[in-house]
Amino acid sequence: MLKKIYLFYYEGFTNMSKSGKKLWLIIILKLIIMFAILKLFFFENFLNSQFNTDEEKIEYVSKQLTKIKE
Amino acid sequence: MENIDWGLVDWSRAQFALTAMYHWIFVPLTLGLSFIIAMMETIYVKTGNLEWKKVTKFWMTIFGINFAIGVATGIILEFEFGTNWSNYSWFVGDIFGAPLAIEGIMAFFMESTFIAIMFFGWNKVSKNIHLLSTWLVAIGSNLSALWILVANGWMQNPSGMTFNPETVRNEMNNFWDVLFNPAAINKFIHTISSAYVLASIFVIGVSAWYILKNRELFLAKRSIILASVFGFFAIIFTIGTGDGSAKVIARYQPMKLAAMEGLYEGQTNAPLVAFGFFGSKDENQPNMEKFAFSVKIPSALSFLAFFNSDAFVPGIKDLVHGNKEQNILSYEERIEKGKIAIDALLAYKNAKKTNEIELAESSLKLFNDNFEHFGYGYYFGKDPHLLVPNVKISFYSFHIMVILGVFFLLLFILTFYFGFKNKLENKKWLLWLSLWTIPLAYIASEAGWVVAEVGRQPWVIQDLMPNIAAVSQLDQSSVQITFFLFLAIFTALLIAEIKILLTQIRKGSHNEEIVESINEGGNK
Repeated sequence: MLKKIYLFYYEGFTNMSKSGKKLWLIIILKLIIMFAILKLFFFENFLNSQFNTDEEKIEYVSKQLTKIKE
Repeated sequence: MENIDWGLVDWSRAQFALTAMYHWIFVPLTLGLSFIIAMMETIYVKTGNLEWKKVTKFWMTIFGINFAIGVATGIILEFEFGTNWSNYSWFVGDIFGAPLAIEGIMAFFMESTFIAIMFFGWNKVSKNIHLLSTWLVAIGSNLSALWILVANGWMQNPSGMTFNPETVRNEMNNFWDVLFNPAAINKFIHTISSAYVLASIFVIGVSAWYILKNRELFLAKRSIILASVFGFFAIIFTIGTGDGSAKVIARYQPMKLAAMEGLYEGQTNAPLVAFGFFGSKDENQPNMEKFAFSVKIPSALSFLAFFNSDAFVPGIKDLVHGNKEQNILSYEERIEKGKIAIDALLAYKNAKKTNEIELAESSLKLFNDNFEHFGYGYYFGKDPHLLVPNVKISFYSFHIMVILGVFFLLLFILTFYFGFKNKLENKKWLLWLSLWTIPLAYIASEAGWVVAEVGRQPWVIQDLMPNIAAVSQLDQSSVQITFFLFLAIFTALLIAEIKILLTQIRKGSHNEEIVESINEGGNK
């Protein structure tokens, strides 16, 4: 069964049309840009990057939410 | 006292809007085209006509291009939640967890399994299994949209949760209240049916181009008839659920309705502005946009909003300054109550730290009594007009969407009539009109989201969290960098999609790949 599934995908990818391969290239490039560049260097989770524990995060967000700015 | 970094708020909003609007360029075509393809393949399986197989495979290729370019662009929105809107992400708590996890799992299984069968399985699985996979792709992608829209609906009308002051997070206490939230249900049906409208217009427009070029006549004529019928029913649903959405908005987001209609003075027998544009501002009334010209339908807004032409529809002034006769609390009062809630939360947290149980209990009670006004408190000491969304943008985007919706209805009737009578070739004007309606469909679709999201400003979560409290304290320049980075990436993706799509459309259904696979024979 697993071999059949593997062969299904394998044959699908190897017999793919030129435009299909081009699209896969775009998908892979896009995922690399999104996860290996954007997520890693530009989109760090703000709270996770500043605090280690949930208690610290609660303390910080509580301060933020109970503060009225001008 | 700290100052609000309005530049940071605006850039963070602009960045989110840019990402969401780009994402939405790809999504509606995927949602709608998947069903159109499923219907085409059903006709092929029922009739055994290989021409229909060719038609199905052609539109499937177009679907594949759009899907590939658009896939995962929505994930960036989730990145932004964690980075740019961290207070919001924390405050939302586990409400989004369930819907987004279901969406993620569904999308993964659908995309890795059924789409694979749809594209790779033509000669490997039986006709019926292939058809089933195509339908499952359509149903799966639409259900995937359900969970996203449930999350959005919750932001428009938070329900099914309790706020936990210990963790400063909202916790889901009733999944069904979140799922069947009236804002979510209407939004889901309205959004997906509008996506079917866009996809139908896309199919009709491309097919019209083929007829103009005297090419692919079987594909073009059959596609136009099928898409016209599908589009006609979809636009009826879109109009019906749009009306339903307006009723939900009238109840839960009256300011959004007032902004959509440019209604400043509330009234009974409120008229609906069928068409209008704003003139220059009156210096004596800087907080008010005035119509230079408008065509109004008497009592229609009252009727559409409340099923009663005598009903009172509150205007912007009634909401900001209150209306005792109509029992409407003013924003000034709500700001006071919101401030009480914020102070009570602070007092509660401090009392817990110092173990003052009685003070903690009384503070918690005060907080709970005023929680429904919580978000207004952040505007304490500020002009309450900051709580009014951009009226011009809300009004114009709403009216553009509605006017185009009516136009689409007429277009579907005409294309079906002339398609059915086999007279399309003689109606060059209709073919050109159909082709040029494609960008209009995208404009209407994006305008719908602009109404929904600009109209509810400044609320990120209605009444509970405004954008000024939700935003992360980042450096403004870092948000600007990512804004322009996205602009570049998404523009490149869009250009790539348009280029690949146009190439594929020029090739038509007689391109080698499609013909080869047809010649290989039907499904096993």
